[in-house]
Amino acid sequence: MGRTATIWLEPLPWLLALATYALAPQYAPLMTQIFVMILFAMSLDLLVGYTGIVTLGHAAQFGTGAYVAGILAARGWITDPTLTAVLAMLAAGTVGLLFGSLMLRTKGLAFLMLSVASGMLLYEIANKATGITGGDDGLQGVVFSPLLGLWEFDFRGTTAFFYSLLMLFLTFIFLRRVVNSPFGWSLRGIRENDLRMAAIGCQNYRRRLIAYTLASALAGLAGAVQAQCTGFVALNSLSFELSGGVLIMLILGGSGRLYGAMFGVPIYMIAQDYLAKNDPTNWFLWQGIILLILVLFARGGVLSLAERGFQACWRKVAR
Amino acid sequence: MTSTLANILFFGLAYGMILYMTSVGLSITMGLMGFVNLAHGVFAMLGGYATVTLMNSLAVPFLPALLAACILVTGLGFALERLLYRRLYGAAELDQVLFSMALIFISVAIARIFWGPLAQPIVLPHYLQGHFELAGATIPTYRLFLLIFGGAIAAALWFGFDRTLFGARVRAAVENHEMAEAVGINTDRLFALTFGLGTGLAALGGGLGAEILAISPGYPLQYIIFFLIVVAVGGLGSIKGPLYAALIIGLADTATKYLMPEVGMIFVFAFVFLLLRWRPQGIVSRRKG
Repeated sequence: MGRTATIWLEPLPWLLALATYALAPQYAPLMTQIFVMILFAMSLDLLVGYTGIVTLGHAAQFGTGAYVAGILAARGWITDPTLTAVLAMLAAGTVGLLFGSLMLRTKGLAFLMLSVASGMLLYEIANKATGITGGDDGLQGVVFSPLLGLWEFDFRGTTAFFYSLLMLFLTFIFLRRVVNSPFGWSLRGIRENDLRMAAIGCQNYRRRLIAYTLASALAGLAGAVQAQCTGFVALNSLSFELSGGVLIMLILGGSGRLYGAMFGVPIYMIAQDYLAKNDPTNWFLWQGIILLILVLFARGGVLSLAERGFQACWRKVAR
Repeated sequence: MTSTLANILFFGLAYGMILYMTSVGLSITMGLMGFVNLAHGVFAMLGGYATVTLMNSLAVPFLPALLAACILVTGLGFALERLLYRRLYGAAELDQVLFSMALIFISVAIARIFWGPLAQPIVLPHYLQGHFELAGATIPTYRLFLLIFGGAIAAALWFGFDRTLFGARVRAAVENHEMAEAVGINTDRLFALTFGLGTGLAALGGGLGAEILAISPGYPLQYIIFFLIVVAVGGLGSIKGPLYAALIIGLADTATKYLMPEVGMIFVFAFVFLLLRWRPQGIVSRRKG
C-alpha cells in the first residue's frame, strides 16, 4: 500500500465524526467523551508506543488537568475555557516533569510501581483536600464562560462536541509533527535499543523526560476538556482504573501509530457501554478476556490485525 | 504514649510480615525470570478465599485450612506457570503487564461471581484472639503470632536460599541465567518450582493476613501498590531486601495512620519516590543494571 493510497484515507475519521453528528446529534455527549479519551490515549501513545515507556499512572496528569481547570472555574478565578485549558496543560506538564525526573532513572518493575504510586499519590491528595477538590463527592457545579465569548456550553452538547473534536484534531496534528521529527525518530531509537542510542551520543534520559513532559501536558489538556465539557470533575479522573483503562484502549487499537487510539477508544467504550450495562462484574471478565486474547493471539491490536488481513488480500489480488 | 508506641510497633511489624509473605515470591520470580507479574496479589487473594471458605463452610480449623489453601494455590500457580506464564518469558514488558492485568480482571470477576462483592469475615481461633499482659505491656496475641510465624518463614527462606543447593541454583540463575544453564542447571524446572513456591507463600500471606488485608474481590487491585513497593524498594531477586522493605512500609503506614491520619498514604508514597531516586535498584539487589 503506497503513501498516496493512505493520504486519501486521512480525512476519513474526521468526516466520520462529523457525519455521526449530522445523523445522530443525540449521541453528541457520548462522542465528546470518546474524543476526550482518544486525546488522552494519543498522549499515552507518545510514551508507550513511540518511546517504550510503559506507565500505569498516566491518569495522574489527566486528573491534574481536570482539577486545575475545574478549580479555577469553580472558584470563579478564571472561567475562560481556552485560558483554563492552557493553564491546565502547564500544570500537568509541570507535574509530569516533576514525576518524570523522579521516575525515569528507574526501569522495569520499579518504574511501573512508581508510575502507579504517582497516580495514587495525587489521588490521595485530592481525596484528603476536600476543601479544595470536594474529595469523594467530586467537584460539582463547574461553569465555564462561553467559548471565545461566543458559544456557550449548552445542554445538548453541541459546543462541547465541536470544541473537543477541534482540540483532538489540533493534538493529532501536533503529535504527528512530533513523531515524524528527528526528535520523534530518536524516541523510536530509544524504544528499540537505548544502549545503542546512548552509544551514538543521544541523551536518552533527557529525551525521555521531554517526551514524558509533553505527553503529560497533553493528558492535562484531555482532563481540562473533560472538565469543561461535563462541568464536573470526579476523583475517578486520577484513579488507577483510568490509567489501566486508557492503556487497554490504546493497546486494543494498536500502539505506536497514533491512529490506534482512534480505533481502540471507540471500540472499548462502545463495548463497555454494551457489556457493562446490566452487570459491571461482567465487564471485568470481558476486559480480562479481551486483554488475554490481545496479548496471546493478536499483538499489535485491531489496526495491526486489519493491516495483516489487508496485506494478505492485496497479495492475492496482485497475483 | 508508650501504649501507642507499642501498638504501632506490633501492628506495624505484623502488617509488615504479611506484606513480606505476600510479596517475597514476586521478588524471587521477578529476579529470576524478569517477569513483571502484577497479578501476584491474585494468589494471595485466592489463598485468603480458600482459607476462609474452608473454615466457614467446612468447619476446618484455622491452621489446617491455611495449609490446605497453601497447597491448593501452589498447585494452581504451578499449573498457570506451565500453561500461560511461560509463554511470555522474554516477551516485551508491555505484554507481560497486559497479560497480568488480564489475570487480575478475570480473577476479580470470578471472585465476585463465587463469593459476592463483600469482604469475607474471618473468625480467628480462640487461642489467637484478644491480648495478654507481659511486663506491664498489652500484647495483641494475633499480631505476636504473625510476628513469630513471619520471622520463622523469613528464617526458613533465608536458610533455603543461602544454605542449600536449591538456593544456590536459584541465586546462580538470578545472577546470570545463561551461565547457570551452561553449567547444567535446569532453569526451566527451577522457574516452575520457584513460581509455585512464591504463589504458595502469597496464599499463606493472604490467609494469615485475612484480618489485616480484608479478602474481597478488589484485593489484587487494592493492594497491588503495596506488593510492588515492597519488591521495588527491597530489590529484585533478594530475600532480605523485601523483608526490610516490608517491615519499613508496614511501620511507616501504621505510624502515619495512628499519628497523622489526615496525611494517609501520601507520606509513604513520597518516601518511596525519594528512596528510589536515591537507590533506583532498591535497598538490596542481586541484579546489576
